[in-house]
Amino acid sequence: MDVLGQLLNTTLVFSTALIFASLGGIFSERSGVVNIGLEGLMMFGAFAAAVGGYYAQDAGMGDLAPWIGVLCAMAVGIIGSLIHAVASITFKSDQTISGTVINFLAAGSTLYIVKLLFDGSAETPLLDGFTKYAIPVLSKIPIIGEGIFNSYPTTYLAIVMVIVIYFILFKTPFGLRLRAVGEHPSAADTLGVNVNRMRYIGVMMSGMLAGIGGATITLTTTGTFGHNTISGQGFIAIAAMIFGKWNPLGAFGAAVFFGFSQAIRNYVQLFEWSRDIPQEFIFMLPYVLTIIVLVSAVGRSSAPSALGQPYDPSKR
Amino acid sequence: MHKLKKIFATDSYIVPLVAILMGFLVGAIVMLVGGYDPVAAYSALFKRVFGSPYDFGEAVREMTPLMLTGLAVAFAFRSGMFNIGADGQVIIGMTAATIVGIKLAALPSFLLVPLAVIAAGLCGGLWAGIAGYLKAKRGINEVITTIMLNWIALFLANFIVRTFLLLPGQNRSEDIPASMSMTFLNSMFDNARLHWGTAIALAAAVFFYVYLWKTKQGYEMRAVGLNPHAAEYAGMNVGRNVVKAMFISGVFAGLAGAGEVLGVFHFQSVFAASPGYGFDGIAVALLGLTHPFGVILAAILYGTLTYGSAGMSFGADVPPELIRIVIGSIIFFIAAQGIVRWVLKPFYLKRKKEKVL
Repeated sequence: MDVLGQLLNTTLVFSTALIFASLGGIFSERSGVVNIGLEGLMMFGAFAAAVGGYYAQDAGMGDLAPWIGVLCAMAVGIIGSLIHAVASITFKSDQTISGTVINFLAAGSTLYIVKLLFDGSAETPLLDGFTKYAIPVLSKIPIIGEGIFNSYPTTYLAIVMVIVIYFILFKTPFGLRLRAVGEHPSAADTLGVNVNRMRYIGVMMSGMLAGIGGATITLTTTGTFGHNTISGQGFIAIAAMIFGKWNPLGAFGAAVFFGFSQAIRNYVQLFEWSRDIPQEFIFMLPYVLTIIVLVSAVGRSSAPSALGQPYDPSKR
Repeated sequence: MHKLKKIFATDSYIVPLVAILMGFLVGAIVMLVGGYDPVAAYSALFKRVFGSPYDFGEAVREMTPLMLTGLAVAFAFRSGMFNIGADGQVIIGMTAATIVGIKLAALPSFLLVPLAVIAAGLCGGLWAGIAGYLKAKRGINEVITTIMLNWIALFLANFIVRTFLLLPGQNRSEDIPASMSMTFLNSMFDNARLHWGTAIALAAAVFFYVYLWKTKQGYEMRAVGLNPHAAEYAGMNVGRNVVKAMFISGVFAGLAGAGEVLGVFHFQSVFAASPGYGFDGIAVALLGLTHPFGVILAAILYGTLTYGSAGMSFGADVPPELIRIVIGSIIFFIAAQGIVRWVLKPFYLKRKKEKVL
C-alpha cells in the first residue's frame, strides 16, 4: 500500500466536511451576515444524517440510505440556520450572539433527541454510511489514483460544489447581488435588490452546506453521532473561510490544508524522519504555518465591508 | 428606595429577566414534549445547587473560571475585537502556573503562589497579545489567529506537561505544591474546592469597570472599539490600544487557568481535546451584555444551570444536555430583544394608559 496515496486520501476525507462548511460560511458572510454558528450547523447536519441514515437503513433502503441522511442534514441545517436568520436579519440582533445561540441549541437539542430516540443512549447506532467509489481508469494512476480518485462520493461532490459555487458567486447576476448586499446594502437596495431576502438566502445556504459538511463526518468517518463527533471543525471551517479570503477556491485550498493537518496525525509514526520530533510539534505545525502565511501574505484580509451590520433602511 | 424603583423601571433590567424566564419556559416545553416533568426537573436543578454546603461551594467553583473567561471575551468585545481564543489563553495560564508551582516549589508559599498566579496572568496576556499584535501591525483578523493559537496552546501545553512535568505512568503532571485553595472554608463547605480565584475574578470585574469607564486609557479603548477610524482621527494610537486590550483580555483568561490548576485540580492533565473554557466564556460575555457586572451575574446563572443540570438527570431523569437548550434560548432572547419587547408590549401599553389616567 502506498503511504503517500493513503495520506492524500485521508486528507480529502477530513477536508470534505471543512470544504462544505466553509463554502457555507462564504455564502452567509458574503451576504453580510457573520456566521459563528457553523459549528452548531455542522452538529445539526451530523445528527440529522446519523438519525435519518439510520432509519433509512433500517427501512432497507441500502445504498440509498446515506443519501437520505444527507437530505435530512440539508433540511435540518436550513431549519437551524433560520433561527440565526430570524434573529439577526428580521430582529436585527447582534449576529455574533445569534450564531453562538445556534452552537448552544445544536449541542443541547441534538444530544437530547438522541437520548429520547435511542433509549437514553448517548450515541446513535452505528451506520454503514458511504463506501468509497473508484473512478474507472483514473484510479489506476499511481499515488493520485489511490489518493484522489478512490474517494467517497461526498468528496467528489465537495469538489464539484467548489466550482459551482465559485461560478454562482462571481459569474451570475444572483452572485453579484448577494455580494453587493454584503458590501454595500443601501446601494444594492437603491438598485432594487431585496437586501433581507438575499441575506436570508445566504444564511439558509450556509445552513444547508454546513449541514452537508456535518453529515459527511457521520456518514464517512465516525458512522455515529455523539457529543464529540463535531468538536471544533466548525471553527476550523471559519478559519478556512477567512484564510481563503471569502473565495470558494481559496477556502478549498485552506480546507484541504487543515484536512491534511488532521490526517497527518494518523500517519506521523509511519515516517522515519518524524519519530525523533515530539509529536505535538508536528500536530501544531499546520496552525503555526497558517499564522506565518497570513503574516507574510501581502494585503489585508478582505472581509465583506458590511459584514456584521444589520441592514436598517432608515439609517444611512 | 427611589433609586431602586428607578433601576427596575428601566427596561434594560426587565428585558434580561424576562429573557431568562422565557428561556426556562422553552426548556419546560422541550421537556414536556419529551415526556419529562419540568417542575420536578427544575426543582432538582436548584436543589442540587443549593441543597448542601458542599454542592453550593462546588457550584461557586464552577462559576469562577466562567467569570474570568467571560470578562476576557467581554473586554475584547468592548475594544472592538472578538477573542475566540480564551480557551488557549486559559491553557497557557494553566501551564505557566503549573511550571512555576512545580519548579519553584522550594520558595515559601507566600511568594510561590502569587508568583505562579502572576506568571499565569502574564503568559495568558502575552498569548492573546500575539493576536493583538498581528491585528495591529498586519491587519490580520483576530478570529483566525485566536482559533489557530487555541490549537497551538493545546499542543504546546501537552508537550510541556509530557516532557518536563509528567507524573510517571500517568497522563498528567506531578502534583503542584502551590495551592490557591481556601482551606479555612473546608469545614464550612464540606471540603468543596473553593479557591482564591473567585476573589480574583470579582476584583477583575471591578478593575474592568473602573479601567474602561473611569480612566483616560479606558476611554480611548472604548473609542477604538466603537469606531477605530474616528479614534485614529482624534489622535489615538489604534494599534497600541488593540494590543493592550487583547493583553488585558488574555490576563483575565490566564488567571482563570491559574485558579483551575492551583485551586481545583492541583495538577495539569494532558488534554485529549479542547477543554472548552473559551466557548463558555463567549456565552457568558454575551449573556452579561459585555458589562463587567453583567458578566459576573451571567457567570452565576450559567454556573448554576450547568452545575445543577447534573442534579436534573439524577433527580428527574432528564438528559443534562437540556440545559444547553435553556442557556441557548436565554441568550437568544437577550440577543433578539425585539422579541422580548414584543412579548412585553401589552404591559407597556397598560402602564402608559395608567399614566394618562
